[in-house]
This record gives sequence, structure tokens and C-alpha cells, in this order.
Amino acid sequence: MLDTIKYSGNVIYRGISYVGELTTLFTKTVYLIFVPPFNVTRMFSQMGRVGPGSFFISALVAFFIGMIMALQMAYQMLELGAEIYIPNVVAVSLTRELAPVLTALIVAGRVGAGIAAELGSMKVTEQVEALEAFAVNPIKYLVVPRFIALVVMLPILTVFADLIGILGGFVICVFKLYISPSLYFTMVSRAVDLSDILTGLIKTIFFGAIIALVGCYQGLNVRSGAEGVGKATTMSVVVSFIMIIIIDCIFTTLFYFVFRM
Amino acid sequence: MITINNLTKKIDNNLILNNINLKIETGETKVIIGRSGVGKSVLLKHIVGIMKPDSGNIVINDKDITLLPEKELNKVRMEIGLVFQGGALFDSMNVEENVAFVLNEFMKLSRKVVKEKVADALAMVGLQGIEKMMPSQLSGGMRKRVSLARVLCMEPEIILYDEPTTGVDPITADAINNLIVELHDKLKVTSIVVTHDMSSAYKVADSIAMIYHGRVIAEGKPEDIKKTNHPVVKQFISGDARGPITENENLIFGHVR
Repeated sequence: MLDTIKYSGNVIYRGISYVGELTTLFTKTVYLIFVPPFNVTRMFSQMGRVGPGSFFISALVAFFIGMIMALQMAYQMLELGAEIYIPNVVAVSLTRELAPVLTALIVAGRVGAGIAAELGSMKVTEQVEALEAFAVNPIKYLVVPRFIALVVMLPILTVFADLIGILGGFVICVFKLYISPSLYFTMVSRAVDLSDILTGLIKTIFFGAIIALVGCYQGLNVRSGAEGVGKATTMSVVVSFIMIIIIDCIFTTLFYFVFRM
Repeated sequence: MITINNLTKKIDNNLILNNINLKIETGETKVIIGRSGVGKSVLLKHIVGIMKPDSGNIVINDKDITLLPEKELNKVRMEIGLVFQGGALFDSMNVEENVAFVLNEFMKLSRKVVKEKVADALAMVGLQGIEKMMPSQLSGGMRKRVSLARVLCMEPEIILYDEPTTGVDPITADAINNLIVELHDKLKVTSIVVTHDMSSAYKVADSIAMIYHGRVIAEGKPEDIKKTNHPVVKQFISGDARGPITENENLIFGHVR
């Protein structure tokens, strides 16, 4: 019993101190964004890795999720004779929830893990210390461009995921359920408000920040060699996934109960 | 001048540096010897300010770097070049970008000037025509020399070498030793060389200090160290497996069971 309490206490303590350290890294990163010199080359290079680099996989997943949503809805809606509302359900669930969260999870797995592995191997081969020795702040040099890239590119990827997901639903609705293309788009445009798109996109700014901060934190805190890099990579994905889901839940609750969006 | 006063550092509850006191005069080459893991590299990282001591201080040109704010510390760092043990080359950049790192980050020079400076620095370490190669394509010795070229590009007043001749062939090792001597003689660079290669130590040193159990146990000119009667120093410089350093270690080298 005592061991269980001790273990639980330890887990809670570690969780709180982890969030504290992430907050410290966030504060330093935001401060350093506004401190010269400003190097846009590094930032655009990271944006290229996050945006175009993740476009194909996130678009593919969004397209199939749009199709799957339409098929799953058809199963129930056909019984009620309400298949005409399938475009509404597909569009709203994609823009408010599925596209932002799935895109964030894909980017956390693809880019977040990559950041942790890259920075982790830089740490174990003394490259991070070399930056400091050359009077370069590692947070400014390594974290800031990745942070900006993710915060900017994740909402853009999500917009594409919204559109491509709706196209996925279109394929099923038009070719399987025989809803006319014009009716499909009319139903979608009637169902989706600007607030649906905005609630989805606002969340992704925070998801992007979390993916960048967790990846960088894990990478910069690797202590042992190859094994440490592997652990940091795994941890970055696990922690990002958990935090994305928690933040999603908090935002959905806020939007629903507080802002009535 | 670099003065290290009562420097103490614990890492994971192990006392690595225990009240270290050292003085390195301007233009002097000080060689620090000692077994692997005694904290020689940790000492260098303190001098460049990337590790903070638990107690004690380091004064470089009348500035206590342990008390300096980041901005001031960075000014001091620009005068110090650290050649890392493994090179610590940035593996996302090619050799040219690595060597020109400080020039590109802090100085607004034309591409042509940067290229010339890179070529000069590489020529000084005996490397030519490798500007477009990536660090992963270089041998260990070449990485070390590129790392040295990167530091030479900064034109620092102080150069810290972390085992500059370890892992390189004897001819390259001798060339690196000659370069350290030349930088000392011609450019009056203050140098601290961490090594356990005694032939290198004797060749480049103005004075040698030995660290053992986190303390400086002997210090003097190379000829004094050669003639020392200190049993620990004697065992280390002669490279004998038996002696006071290893009396509590269960060494089986040379005892095939």
C-alpha cells in the first residue's frame, strides 16, 4: 500500500516537474523569438520539413478518414432514410475534430520524433555544447525555428486535411450513395460555419507548440548514447500524443461550454 | 591570463573536480595530463563557460566568467576556441559550412572572403579540397582537424584542445603538435591542451599539470615532470600498468588466465 502511494506520488511529482520544465522552455523560446539576430533561412528550412514534408501522409489519412466517416454514417443513416445529412456530419466532424487531431498526431509521430532524434544525437555528439562554446544559444538556434515552423505549418496542414477529408466523403457520397455533387457541396457549405473551422485551427496552434517543445525538450535532455536517443524519440511521441488529447479535451470543453462555439 | 581558483564540481554525486587551482599565463601552453575520466574535459568545459562550478571561480583576463551574465560571457567565448575531443562537427553542414560557422553567424563577410578564410584554415591543418564533404564522410582524424580549422577561423586568443592527437595517425599527430607550437610561437595564442599522449605533452608544453582524483597533484616544466619522484606521476608518464594508481584496481592486462 505504502509502495503504491510512494509510486503514485513519484509519478505525479515527475509529471508536474515535466510540465514545469516544458513551461520554462516555452517561456525562453517565446522570449528568444524577439531577440536578434533573426535567421529566416533556418525557419523556412524547418517549415519545409514540417509542411510539404508531412503533406502527403496527412492528406492521405484525411482522404481515407473522410471516406470511412461517410461509409460509417451511411450504415446508420440509410436505415433512417437520412443519407442526405451525411455530408454535414462528415464536414463538421472533420473540421472541428478529426482533421486537427489526426494531423497533429501524424506530425507528432513524423516530425516530433525526428526533432527528438536529431537534437538527441546532436546532444550526445557534443554539437549542442559546441554551439554554446561558439556563443550561440542552443534554444535560439535549434528550438526557435522548429517552434515557429510547427506553430505556422500545422494549421496550414489542417486546412488542407479539412478540404481533402471532405473530398474523401464526396467520393463515397457521390459514387456509392448517389448524392449529386452539387448537393454534396451545398450541404457541406450549409453545415460548416466559420466557427467550426476556427475552433479546429486554434487548437492546432497549441498542438504545434506542444509537438515542438516536447520534441526539443526530449532531444536536448538526452543523457546517454544511442539508447538515450531511442528513449527520447519514443518519449516525445508518447508525451505529445497524451498532451494533444488532453489539450483537445480542454479546448473542446471550453469552446462548447464557455464560448458556445 | 587564466586563473582557476578552488574549482569544485560534482556530477551525479561523484566529485569530479576537487578544489582545482591553476594559473595559465598569457601566451603559455599548459598541458593537463591525467587518466581518462578524471575530469580534464569537464575542466575545459568550465573554462569556456558551458558548465558551471559548484564552487570556486575562473578568471579570464580579469573577468570572473562564473559571474558574468550570458551576454558578457558570450563576448569572452568569442575569444576562446574549444577543439572538442570527437570534433563536434555539425553533421547537417558540410566541411565548409562547419569551418565558416562563426564567420557566418557573427561576421558580415562576403562569400569570397569566407571561402578564402575557410581554405586558409583548412590548409593550416593540412586539409585541402574537402570543403563540400559531409562530416559523416570524414575519418576521425580528419574530423578533429576540421574542428581545429573551425576554431582557427575565429582567430581566438585562447585555444583549448581536448585530446587533439588521440585517434589520429602518428604523422598527423606530429603535424598537429607542430601546429600547436607554431600558434604559440607566432601568434602568441594561450593554449590549454588536455591529453594523455606524453610525447605530445613534452613537445608542446611550456608547463604540465597532472590531475588525479580531482586535484592537481603535480605541476612544472616538462623536464621537471620527466624527472619527478612523485610515484603517481611517475607511473602515469611511464605508462606502467602496476603502481600506486592501479593498486586498488583488479587489472588483468598481461595476466592471461
